[in-house]
Amino acid sequence: MKWTLLTDPISKNNPITVLVLGVCSALAVTVKLEPALVMSLAVTVVTACSSLILSLLRDTIPPRIRIIVQLVVVATFVIAIDQLLRAFAYDVSKQLSVFVGLIITNCIIMGRIEAFALGHKPWPSFVDGLGNGLGYGMILVVVAFIRELFGSGALLGYPVIPESWYIANGGFYANNGLMILPPMALIVVGLIIWIQRTIIRPS
Amino acid sequence: MKLLRTILDRVKPSFRKGARFGFLHSTFEAFDSFAFVSNATTRSGAHIRDCNDLKRVMTVVIIALLPALCFGCWNVGYQHALAFGHETTFWSLFGYGFLRVLPILLTSYIVGLGVEFVAAQLRGHEVNEGFLVTGLLIPLIMPVNIPLWMVGLATAFAVIIGKEIFGGTGMNIFNPALLARAFIFFSYPSQISGDQAWVAGLPSPSAIDAASGATPLAEAAAGHVDALPSLADLFFGFIPGSIGETSTLAILIGAVILIYTGVASWKIMLSCVVGLLATGYVLHWIGGAPYLSLPPYCHLLMGGFAFGAVFMATDPVTAAQTETGKWLYGFLIGALTILIRVFNEGYPEGMMLAILLMNAFAPLIDHYVVAAHIRRRLKRARTISNPVSLKS
Repeated sequence: MKWTLLTDPISKNNPITVLVLGVCSALAVTVKLEPALVMSLAVTVVTACSSLILSLLRDTIPPRIRIIVQLVVVATFVIAIDQLLRAFAYDVSKQLSVFVGLIITNCIIMGRIEAFALGHKPWPSFVDGLGNGLGYGMILVVVAFIRELFGSGALLGYPVIPESWYIANGGFYANNGLMILPPMALIVVGLIIWIQRTIIRPS
Repeated sequence: MKLLRTILDRVKPSFRKGARFGFLHSTFEAFDSFAFVSNATTRSGAHIRDCNDLKRVMTVVIIALLPALCFGCWNVGYQHALAFGHETTFWSLFGYGFLRVLPILLTSYIVGLGVEFVAAQLRGHEVNEGFLVTGLLIPLIMPVNIPLWMVGLATAFAVIIGKEIFGGTGMNIFNPALLARAFIFFSYPSQISGDQAWVAGLPSPSAIDAASGATPLAEAAAGHVDALPSLADLFFGFIPGSIGETSTLAILIGAVILIYTGVASWKIMLSCVVGLLATGYVLHWIGGAPYLSLPPYCHLLMGGFAFGAVFMATDPVTAAQTETGKWLYGFLIGALTILIRVFNEGYPEGMMLAILLMNAFAPLIDHYVVAAHIRRRLKRARTISNPVSLKS
């Protein structure tokens, strides 16, 4: 097995910044760091496991109904994760609301299954799914870190900016309301893409 | 003058590309062309010969902005004196206001020009004069109490995200100055709305209770239509508001300068007014909300409409380029302004959002105007080349 299967999707072929897939959930769940972490974990598990299962089944699935089979497998994992979250992490589950269910339609998962898992052996498919999930998760965590820090002055729910800095307490600082709105998530993702293209991949 | 030219000429070779200070090429060019008119001429293609260049156009806009700036300085002092019950002279009012406005002005220029110079250096471009106007517009559409770091942040955001990303001066989709205001409006709403933002020195325990710092627009949006200042106050601008937007008279002086020199399009200004009045009178006639009982011409004088119509909507880069398109573009700005003002209580000032929205639509308007021209000419060409079809 090649390490590049795992590292490529994290940097050079990052699903969000290079392939620009799965952006809508990246905009929606990155207001706070905690839901972003849970979402990254969920997507990583679903991508890796469904790639593995479908790679095992790849020779038995009739090509004409492959999409529906893929959906069944992906949906099974997503529902399992949704139920797990509701049982053990109800607050996060409430914050993520529909976006856990919408993992089914996440372009990254279907994209990796179609483009990779159906043509490769189970183990490389699993690693590829894992790498793509981690690449997605990395961008999510970076965006959520920036948005929660500047938008709410906190990290993982704990206040980071000293109370005495705020204007209400005689200071000078105010939280940036635009950071909480989806447009700023788009701009932050855009800036990350810009930085990545100029520094990591000079062409 | 001659001494400066000699010095510049002497150091010029060391700033050429590949020379010792070659990496500062753009910066040197910027200072050179700031001091002297560039003697570079166009070498290829057909061009209109004219004494106007970007520098001169920008200078005219700055001159046109000066009445609004000067009145704004005085009004800052006047509103402060009104709220705190001071009795002072004209010059002390102006001086107080000037000292409050100057830091905002300097912040805007230093941050904006800093970003421009860095961007030009990194990309090997020349520094353009575009920011000279933007840097003056930004303070004029800010409330006087705005913290300086917010002005700096908004300016940097506007120049980087609004302009440099698209390729610099002349390439931007949205008006950078308005983008800076929109950034603050959505990021720090409590600093740019409400009763406290518009009068220098508020909130403060020593201000007398009777003084309300609310702008007429905010009063009207809250339904207090009777509490509006007199029409004369609205026209001359003795009201709280953003620094440069209050006096319709000062803005009209600027408009006359812009129209006389041909720098800004009178069609856009006129169609903004027509759009506002037409929509306003239709809504006034339908009635319903207390806000709608206000005569629509008041909207011409309140808030940032006049300033936006004269200085923002006419920005040649972001406005519609075709002559027919300008009418539609301006009309829709006026119409949208009044719709946002009257029907959205969260946004008492509709002018900023209306212009930004129409900035986004201007290329579409131009596209369809050009397409319509082409269709009409094709039709004419067909009838001429095939006259039989006329008889049938």
